[in-house]
Amino acid sequence: MAMTPSKRDYSLLGRDAEASVASGLAAAEWYHTDVARKEMKALMQRADGPAIRDTVIWLGAMVVSGGLGVWLWGSWWAVPFFLVYGVLYGSASDSRWHECGHGTAFRTMWMNNVVYQIACFMIMRNPVTWRWSHTRHHTDTVIVGRDPEIAVMRPPDLARLALNFFGILDAWYAMVDMLRNAAGVMSAAEKTFVPESEWPKAIRIARVWLAIYAATIALCFFMGSILPAMLIGLPRLYGAWHHVMTGLLQHGGLADNVVDHRLNSRTVLMNPVSRFIYWNMNYHVEHHMFPMVPYHALPRLHAMIRHDLPAPNPSIWNGYREMLPAFLRQLRNEDYFLKRELPPTARPYKEDFHADPVAQAAE
Amino acid sequence: MSDNWIEVCDAGEIDEEDVIRFDHDGRTFAIYRSPEDTYHATDGLCTHEKIHLADGLVMDNIIECPKHNGRFDYKTGEAKGAPVCINLRTYPVKVESGTVFISIS
Repeated sequence: MAMTPSKRDYSLLGRDAEASVASGLAAAEWYHTDVARKEMKALMQRADGPAIRDTVIWLGAMVVSGGLGVWLWGSWWAVPFFLVYGVLYGSASDSRWHECGHGTAFRTMWMNNVVYQIACFMIMRNPVTWRWSHTRHHTDTVIVGRDPEIAVMRPPDLARLALNFFGILDAWYAMVDMLRNAAGVMSAAEKTFVPESEWPKAIRIARVWLAIYAATIALCFFMGSILPAMLIGLPRLYGAWHHVMTGLLQHGGLADNVVDHRLNSRTVLMNPVSRFIYWNMNYHVEHHMFPMVPYHALPRLHAMIRHDLPAPNPSIWNGYREMLPAFLRQLRNEDYFLKRELPPTARPYKEDFHADPVAQAAE
Repeated sequence: MSDNWIEVCDAGEIDEEDVIRFDHDGRTFAIYRSPEDTYHATDGLCTHEKIHLADGLVMDNIIECPKHNGRFDYKTGEAKGAPVCINLRTYPVKVESGTVFISIS
């Protein structure tokens, strides 16, 4: 039977949001690979050491690259240093925001909170709003109408994706959100996942950030140079490409409206530099299945449960060779998705739950 | 033994700094053994999204929910911050002759 492609409604207040609640997709029980309690407890153990080491390297490299960029400002020799600084600011902050938001990077909670606040500022995500949006992302991962963090909606807006490699639309929306929050207004969508008791905190942070950006812009005018903005704010644009490159791979082209992270998330093996910038979030199926496991233990978790997961993509390049054609097909058919093949050792997908018209149309 | 006290398990069945799930009469509880070798009990489900806390991580006097990393003080039930805003209910626990009991009346 010919299927008519579905039209998805990604609004958190729309038709698909209501439908996912009615069908039981919202706040559903998700599949987990069996891991013995003793082994999981060992994986979940927190430590300060790895994150302190990585944070010193991260911020130290920013000081060095930013300092050299400033020193060489006016010559082309400054360019490579700002390229490094930009990635550390506009991309590494994404993974620090993420891991510290989970509270798993450091054992000591105030350390998580300090790095979280710094990273949120760099990546331009309100620390209150985005903590709650990410909570929803983990409850309802890629559930249409429920997940506020779906990076690639169907049909994919390829122009938007391309612009976001330079942070253009994301930064624009972040500035609009900051100004709105600073004016004391929470949007209707934000109100669906941020408790009212948290709104004053979100507004207060937005006002602090607004003051910092205003001071940076004033300093630019005072100096007659964009150099201050090259250090604060603009790196979110010229350094965004790495976090977008890795972030799109997390769920891009895979199934939506399923309750098994093996179907809607992608693990990609990466080079050590990208893994440092990304803080091992390339093990994304593992992270979603067990968000309590710190970033530094994800390789061990991957080795422990890989028998039950689809084979990882062996490289970023391989991931894009798989994902981009899927985006192009989704332009013609929103229901198309890449169905991940499981190894013979894996427990099967819950086909009865996922065998809906959308999934059939995509085969 | 008072009728209010329900037998849970042998004390040794819970590792130090760990938690187990205990279901009784249609309800579910989390039973903890602290690093100081004291025993504690709370409701078994996170007040945020009803996830079993027994799958979570015990660190000192904190239980962390396995789904969203919400944290509670399991000795007092206090919610320690987003995304948990509602305290956990706690229950009296005692250990007698190597057996853990919980009072859920």
